[in-house]
Amino acid sequence: MLTKRIIPCLDINKGRVVKGIKFINLIDAGDPVELASFYEKEEADELVFLDITASWEKRNIIIELVKKTAEKVFIPFTVGGGIKNLEDIFHMLRAGADKVSINTMAVLNPRLIQEASLKFGSSTIVVAIDAVRRFSEWEVMINGGRTRTNLKVTDWAKKVEKLGAGEILLTSMDKDGTKEGYDIQLTRTVSENVNIPIIASGGAGEPKDLFEVLVAGKADAALAASIFHKKEYSISKVKAYLKQRGVKVNLRREKSDDREK
Amino acid sequence: MIVIVDYGMGNLKSVQNAFVKVGYKAIITEDLNQIKKASAVVLPGVGAFRDAINTLKKKKIDKELIEAVKINKPFLGICLGMQLLLTFSEEGGLYQGLNLIPGKAKRFHHSVKCPQMGWNTIKYVNHPSHDLNPIFKEVPDESYFYFVHSYYCVINDEQIISSVTDYGLVYSSSIWKNNLFGVQFHPEKSSTLGLKILKNFGELS
Repeated sequence: MLTKRIIPCLDINKGRVVKGIKFINLIDAGDPVELASFYEKEEADELVFLDITASWEKRNIIIELVKKTAEKVFIPFTVGGGIKNLEDIFHMLRAGADKVSINTMAVLNPRLIQEASLKFGSSTIVVAIDAVRRFSEWEVMINGGRTRTNLKVTDWAKKVEKLGAGEILLTSMDKDGTKEGYDIQLTRTVSENVNIPIIASGGAGEPKDLFEVLVAGKADAALAASIFHKKEYSISKVKAYLKQRGVKVNLRREKSDDREK
Repeated sequence: MIVIVDYGMGNLKSVQNAFVKVGYKAIITEDLNQIKKASAVVLPGVGAFRDAINTLKKKKIDKELIEAVKINKPFLGICLGMQLLLTFSEEGGLYQGLNLIPGKAKRFHHSVKCPQMGWNTIKYVNHPSHDLNPIFKEVPDESYFYFVHSYYCVINDEQIISSVTDYGLVYSSSIWKNNLFGVQFHPEKSSTLGLKILKNFGELS
C-alpha cells in the first residue's frame, strides 16, 4: 500500500536556509544541501525548497543549489517560489528538481499549468494554494498571502486538477505559524473534491497534528517546517508515532530514534 | 560506459547522479553511435507516452534500443521507460510502444488518486524455474520505493514479472527477461535501496 508522506520544508534566501534551525550535528546548518542530506537520513519522504529570495539578480543561486542537491540527495524534491514561466520550470527540472511548485503565476496565468503539465508531465507540476477562511468557505490568496483573488479554494483546486496539475500543496494561512494544528476541515474538503494528491501545510506543532491531518483531514502528505528544524521531533520519531496509530508510513528504522534525548 | 537515453523527457540528471554515486560513469545522450557502443542502456522517463514514443521514432532511437535488447545488452527501463517497452499504451488514446514486451499500459481506476505519488512496497514474485531478479540482489523483499505514475503495466507473460505492487489493484512493478529490466518506480529517487538497484544493474554492464 502507498504510504503517507512526511515532507520537511526549507525556506531558502540567497542560497541559505532561513528560519531558526537548531541542528548541532551539522557542520553548516544554513547549508541547504547539508540539511537536505540530513533529512534524507532521517527518513524524510520528500523535500520542498521554498525560495524566498526577493532580489531578482540573486535568483540564479537557487539553480546552483538545485544542482548540488541533486548530486547528493536521492529522494524527490520540489522547488517553489517565484516560478513565472515555462523557461523557469525547464531550468529547475534540468538542474535536477523533480517537481516545481507554482503559486501566484498559476492564478494569474492558468494556462501555464496546462502548458507545463503537457510539456513536462503532470507529475512534475505542483500547484501551491494559499487559503484563508471566509465564513464557511476559503479564499485563494496570492503574492505571499497579501493579495485577494475572490477565488474559492475548492473551485480553484478542481480547476488546477483539470488543467493538469499533478499535486496540490495546500497551505492554511490561518494556521501557518500557529503550531495549533493543520486546518483539518479545509484539507478534507479539498481532498474530497479532487482526485490528485494533497500535501497539507500550515500549523504543525506536534506529531498528533500530522496524524489528524493525514487521517481526519484525508491528506496524502504532511508538510512541516519548524517542528523538524528546531529538533523538537525527528522525522523518524513522528513516523514511528504515526505507525503505532495505524497510519501507513515508510519507516526503515523500526526503533524510535533516541539521539535527541 | 552506461548510456542514459536523452529523448527530451524528465529528470535525466538524477539518474546520472545516482550512477555516479554508486561508482559508475554514465552519459546522457541521444547519439545513436553512443547508444550502439554503450555497455548498458538506461531508458528513463517522466512525461507523456505519446510524446516519448514519437521522439524516439523521430530520432530513430527506437531501432537502436530494439537492437540493444536483441543483442542482449543490459537494458533498464525506468517508469515511463518501462511502459515504453510494451506493445502499446492507453495513455491519451492508443499508442504503440517498442513492443519488446507483450503487454499494455492502463490507467489506474478512479477509486484511487492519480498519479500514485509516493513510497510503496514491491513484493517479489517467486518463480520456481528461475532465481531472483539480479538487480534486486541484497534488496529485501517488500522494501519501499518511490513511485510516480498514472498508468501501470499489464504484462502478458507472467514468467517475466519479478515484483508486484498494490495500489487499488495488484500490478507488475518490475520485469526481468534475459538482460532486459523494467522498474515502474524510480530507483534514482529511492534513497539507499534504490541506489543499490542501480549498482546491481551497473555490475551487469
